[in-house]
Amino acid sequence: MSVLVAARGLAVGYGAAPVLTGVDFTLSGGERIGVLGPNGGGKTTLFRALLGELRPLAGELTVAARCGTVPQTERSRLDFPVSALDVALMGTIAGRPWWKRPGRTERRRARAALGRVGLEELAERTFGELSGGQRQRVLVARALVQDAGIVLLDEPFTGLDSASAERLEALLGELAGEGRGVVIATHDVEQARAWDRVLCLNRRQVAFGAPGQTLTREVLAATYGGAIVTLPDGHGGEALALLPPHHCDHEHGA
Amino acid sequence: MIALASVLHTLGDPWRDGIMQRALLEVVLLGLVGGALGCWIVLAELSYGAESLAHGMFPGLVLAALTGLPLLLGGAAGILVAALAVALAGRVPGIGRDNAVAVVVTTLFGLGVLLALSPDSPPGIEGLLFGDVLGTSAGDLVAGAALVAVVLATLWALHWRLLAVGFDRLSAGSLGASPLLADAVLLVLLALAVLVAVQGLGNLLVVAVLVAPSAAARLLARRLLPMMATAVAIAIVAGVAGLYLSYYVQVAAGAAIAGFMVLAYALARLAAAAAALRGAAAVASPAG
Repeated sequence: MSVLVAARGLAVGYGAAPVLTGVDFTLSGGERIGVLGPNGGGKTTLFRALLGELRPLAGELTVAARCGTVPQTERSRLDFPVSALDVALMGTIAGRPWWKRPGRTERRRARAALGRVGLEELAERTFGELSGGQRQRVLVARALVQDAGIVLLDEPFTGLDSASAERLEALLGELAGEGRGVVIATHDVEQARAWDRVLCLNRRQVAFGAPGQTLTREVLAATYGGAIVTLPDGHGGEALALLPPHHCDHEHGA
Repeated sequence: MIALASVLHTLGDPWRDGIMQRALLEVVLLGLVGGALGCWIVLAELSYGAESLAHGMFPGLVLAALTGLPLLLGGAAGILVAALAVALAGRVPGIGRDNAVAVVVTTLFGLGVLLALSPDSPPGIEGLLFGDVLGTSAGDLVAGAALVAVVLATLWALHWRLLAVGFDRLSAGSLGASPLLADAVLLVLLALAVLVAVQGLGNLLVVAVLVAPSAAARLLARRLLPMMATAVAIAIVAGVAGLYLSYYVQVAAGAAIAGFMVLAYALARLAAAAAALRGAAAVASPAG
């Protein structure tokens, strides 16, 4: 499969001082990579670098396909007067001169993408009235409309019930099956075990590789610091568990 | 029949007069620009910025009135100075943006009042504060219509980019919609709209047309284009109602128009509350 992202000794940050260093990984088409790490560990910073919003302070980053992003939906304005179809249509903006509005072809594409994520009949529903899982799928549809070869998802499973989570998981599998690269920031170590690769970040790259070999206790301890405990798994063995993450990313001001 | 004829006469009588005809056209222009742009101002939470620009441009308007220059020119210069001063004051460390804006705007407004109260001030300078929709000239209408056309055309063309930024600033960039550009466009359009509206409603009341009809429409409509159409309709109806009131009861037209716009907001609030109550009752006792 073609290489979609290649990072070599990458360091990124907002000023002169990097907040994330030593990033070395590749993403190939058809792969799902789980990005693990504590809040402030550099997941968002990595995403912004992949989107081209931050330039590397050191090292190299090659991104060979368009990135579509699926942000956390609490961040978008749920009171905004837009339908699911409007949100999907936002994926057509980049492909059009600034004075043009979306035409029939673009509307058809947006509806097809909503159909692809199983939301065709809810196309006219107000975005903020959809369930959390449906909103995530609308944003995946928007990435499809963008024809994104790489889909970046920021904590997409947060707050979803198990049925919605399974449905989204299946959809991510389909995206990878089509040869797209899927990058998922998550807190859920157990979920990440099902994906092709994991990238552990804690202000630097702690580890990268197949989950089976990579997610050792040492790696997890280095990734999450002290916020990790060992629990009996009920079969005479042990399982690792994370203490609940501290949410300190409230937005300040207006 | 006689009653109907008398109603028609009452409704039609004001518009025989050239002054009232021009005022009517001005009110339609105000409604178009205030309703359409106002929706973006309300959604982008720029109401305070609208108020600040309107007050900050006051010295420019007064200087134009004192020197006999066109108000449009004085207003444009006043807005430029106010915008620059706000941008500079915002960079002073340790003040905070809102405080910087408040200091600049109060200073400029005070300066305008000082100029306006000077002994050489021509009579009628209070028209700058409260507007003079009845004093609209044909030239004002042409210039106003041109500015309104620019604002509406820009909103039409950039609709989707503004929508993407308003919906989610942080991911708008990855969709090809720059948040910085959207902010700049909205501020420039806001300045143009204030220029148009200050003629009719004056420095103190101009913000009414930019905020009240759109805030009311926000409560009534569920999509942006219907919201804009509703806001335009509310603004024009309130404007015409204000003109009738001013014609028959001899109250200040600008104040009457602003009053009706705020009344429309209060009614929309009541309608929304009633709809919410009905919705809650339907949930509490589902049929079948």
